[in-house]
Amino acid sequence: MHALTRQGLRAYLDPQNVHSSRQAAAQGLVRGGIQILRNPSGLIGAAIIVLLVLAAILAPLLATHNPYAQNLQQVLLPPGADHWFGTDNLGRDIYSRIVYGARATLTIVCIVSVIVGPIGIIIGATAGYFGGLVDTVLMRITDVFLSLPSLVLALAFAAALGPGLDNAIIAISFATWPPIARLARAEAMTIRKSDYVAAARMMQASDLRIILRQIIPMCTLSVVVRLTLNMAGVILVAAGLGFLGVGAQPPLPEWGAMIAVGRQYMLDSWWTVTFPGLAIVAVSLAFNLFGDALRDTLDPRSAR
Amino acid sequence: MTLLDIENLRVRYPDTHGYYEAVRGISFRLGSERLGLVGESGSGKSSVGRAIMRLLPDGVKIEADRLDLEGEDILAAPEKRMLFLRGKTMSMILQDPRFSLNPLVPVGRQIMEVYLEHVKRDVTQARARALEMLAQVRINDPERTFDLYPHEISGGMGQRVMIAMMLIAGPRLVIADEPTSALDVTVRRSVLEILDKLVTETGAGLLLISHDLAVVSQFCDRVLILYKGRIVEEIDARDLARARHPYTQALLASIPDMRHPRSHLPMLDRDAIACLDSTP
Amino acid sequence: MTDDIGVTPAGLRKWSPSALRAGRAIGVLSSIALTLMGLLLLTFLLARFLPADPVYAIIGDNADRDTYERVYRELGLDQPVYQQFFTYALKVVTGDLGMSHITGMPVVRDLLEVVPATLELAIVAIILGSAAGIPLGVLAGTNQNKPIDHVVRIIGLIGYSTPAFWAGMGILIIFYAQLGWIGGAGRQDPYFFGEVPTVTRLVTVDALLAGRVDIFLDALRYLVAPALILAYNALAYISRMTRSFMLEQMNQEYVVTAKAKGLSRGKVIWAHAFVNIRVQLVTIVALTFGAMLEGAVLVETVFAWPGLGQYLTRGLMFRDMNVVLGSVLVIGIFFIILNMLADFAYRQLDPRTR
Ligand SMILES: Nc1ncnc2c1ncn2[C@@H]1O[C@H](COP(=O)(O)OP(=O)(O)OP(=O)(O)O)[C@@H](O)[C@H]1O
Ligand SMILES: [Mg+2]
Repeated sequence: MHALTRQGLRAYLDPQNVHSSRQAAAQGLVRGGIQILRNPSGLIGAAIIVLLVLAAILAPLLATHNPYAQNLQQVLLPPGADHWFGTDNLGRDIYSRIVYGARATLTIVCIVSVIVGPIGIIIGATAGYFGGLVDTVLMRITDVFLSLPSLVLALAFAAALGPGLDNAIIAISFATWPPIARLARAEAMTIRKSDYVAAARMMQASDLRIILRQIIPMCTLSVVVRLTLNMAGVILVAAGLGFLGVGAQPPLPEWGAMIAVGRQYMLDSWWTVTFPGLAIVAVSLAFNLFGDALRDTLDPRSAR
Repeated sequence: MTLLDIENLRVRYPDTHGYYEAVRGISFRLGSERLGLVGESGSGKSSVGRAIMRLLPDGVKIEADRLDLEGEDILAAPEKRMLFLRGKTMSMILQDPRFSLNPLVPVGRQIMEVYLEHVKRDVTQARARALEMLAQVRINDPERTFDLYPHEISGGMGQRVMIAMMLIAGPRLVIADEPTSALDVTVRRSVLEILDKLVTETGAGLLLISHDLAVVSQFCDRVLILYKGRIVEEIDARDLARARHPYTQALLASIPDMRHPRSHLPMLDRDAIACLDSTP
Repeated sequence: MTDDIGVTPAGLRKWSPSALRAGRAIGVLSSIALTLMGLLLLTFLLARFLPADPVYAIIGDNADRDTYERVYRELGLDQPVYQQFFTYALKVVTGDLGMSHITGMPVVRDLLEVVPATLELAIVAIILGSAAGIPLGVLAGTNQNKPIDHVVRIIGLIGYSTPAFWAGMGILIIFYAQLGWIGGAGRQDPYFFGEVPTVTRLVTVDALLAGRVDIFLDALRYLVAPALILAYNALAYISRMTRSFMLEQMNQEYVVTAKAKGLSRGKVIWAHAFVNIRVQLVTIVALTFGAMLEGAVLVETVFAWPGLGQYLTRGLMFRDMNVVLGSVLVIGIFFIILNMLADFAYRQLDPRTR
């Protein structure tokens, strides 16, 4: 295999010169990535997502004020040179709170995906692989969860678990795994019939081994795509929970909760709700745009 | 009398690097006769048919020195005029009734639609004519079939419905794009015979597109052999045996013959033909 | 047809079509019953996990031990879990969802008040959303990659990237506080409370029934903003789905046939391609209608609309678990019914399933 030096990288990505399946996969990823970024929506989406990640990591550098520092002499100041997005009812700098709020949003999106992906895959793959009674039981359970809109379900779980960011994440995960399981099941059902699974069976591979080694790897790509597409929805549900007061709790800077507080002052101080709202719109728009571009790349039929 | 007069027709599909030329300058004339257009898959047969109807998707380039239908320049005709010509003056029978009939509209209504559009806006008359047409394409129980959905009739019936639909307005030119290749061999013949009879009776011109030289030589007066977007041979059906172009000869050689069974059929020698590619 | 191919399974021959249909209906109904049972179980488990002690919720924090023990037994909390579930399910089935301690009324009675308010909102919204979303989607799907397609796409993207509660606030700030064009909180001006007899519990309809145009117009002023926000959400989803369905249909062979017949573009689109997406659209509209309850939770909170969503959030805020569970149950049942209707419509509209 090539060493990943500067010269070597170019050679490594040369499609005429493929030596391993890992190299082929890497090339596929790079080509797909380039194609997504050529798509204007993909580029805009990716740019905003990068911005979000940077804001979360570099929050202390980007913020102009301490997001928790109250200043009762400076409450509800309109946007100006000192406070770019104005201040809230406790005199805290809204811009700095929005920058720090990126952390809450990113945390929710990442952890929910990390929880929901494996759960959805395991349940879906098991149901799809075994079929029959296992499938019926698992899909009935999925149906029950699907019979409630995700925000309502998340609300119900959040109510049961109590307020707080951690509980909100768990609640959102409970509410968003069913579509993933459905997808993984559909994939597993087609893979189950394939020749290489038949071959594995013939070699007396155990069910567990087939699910882990054959089915789950093949489901992963479409599940990852679906998770990306879901992220915009996750962000909106999280913001909704924050807004209703069952998500992140004050004084933690979270955009939905900031809007909930700002709501009481919005008629005189529009900036208290406007800027956190714009942040939510930008990020969920970004995930929608990126998800669209991702799907266009993987499924050329829908593109043009 | 010339119905269709084509000179130097070219069809180009856009692709990732510019254009792909599927039809590369073909010329022919069609009168009140049955003309076969034969070629292998991908040779550009359907592209010719659809270019004549101007039914190719947006972005596909159609160019010709001449493309006249009864003396009228089709390429210059406004879309409004095309709407009048399609179905009324020229019509097209598509390959597979499973896909080319609207699955959610009863077949009778699909036939009536052409009459209502091009002949007269009178539902009772249209219905009567549609039933007549169904009888003419030898459908046993027209009244019953009229109200059936495409999934409720067989493929052979579907193709006959298609023929009824495309002939009800009395077109002058009928283009049949592989009208029987999706059908069972047993019904192929009868469908072709119906088509042949109806077209001959009305004195219309028929352009029969097919990849099956045997079928075409039976039903047509004249045959055009298309290869890679070019006409390599134009010959009377009777004279096929005397075809000169190696591609035609090769095609002929690969038709199985019951009277002289062979252990295996010869294959096309593409390299040999490729050398002749530059010939017009 | 089947005889032609000769593949009718032997087992199916014995059944007449109507028997088959009845069998399918039983299958659908039993799966619905199972889903409902599951929903009950889910709400029951949620109730058991609620951190708030249901006993204290009733008797207050500083009651003595004996009262506590008594209420504990009255609530059946000393019984085994499965028995508790059985009791709970039985109660729900007989229409007893318990008392709400925030309103002091049986939850069922409260629901009868709040559900019509939400329905009024959701019905207006789904009508507006479909009326705009379907044509926009058809337009986009038949003009792929043309400017109109991009415009529709952007309208949709904004629609489902914008939190409904935030949009609601923006509208309140501009059209209520600044311009005074629309009503603020609630369903109607309190001045008109009790002016017309309650018949349908839909304020607009009741006003019209009583012939009071002024009350109707007033109610409309309150309805328009929350309904438009929900409608926009619906439009975003419906137009996107319509577009992709249309794209798929426009590539079908029968569309070429329709064009070859000399039909105008309008007829090709509406009399042929559109006919083929109707079935899918019914499902989408039904799903959107159900999803609207989600938007309603947030929008009703912003506009103080006295509907199911607001009832649910108040229950959450005051930890009134009967209210939360009752509302969740109603939403779930609503969803299941919508699915059932969509399934039924599917069978009716598509001759291939008959
Ligand atoms: N929509 C399209 N976009 C791009 N290229 C196309 C398109 N339709 C046809 N082609 C190309 O044009 C060439 C001719 O296609 P055409 O359908 O006319 O062939 P054909 O002779 O009808 O073949 P067949 O017997 O398989 O129907 C083919 O090489 C095909 O790849
Ligand atoms: Mg063809």
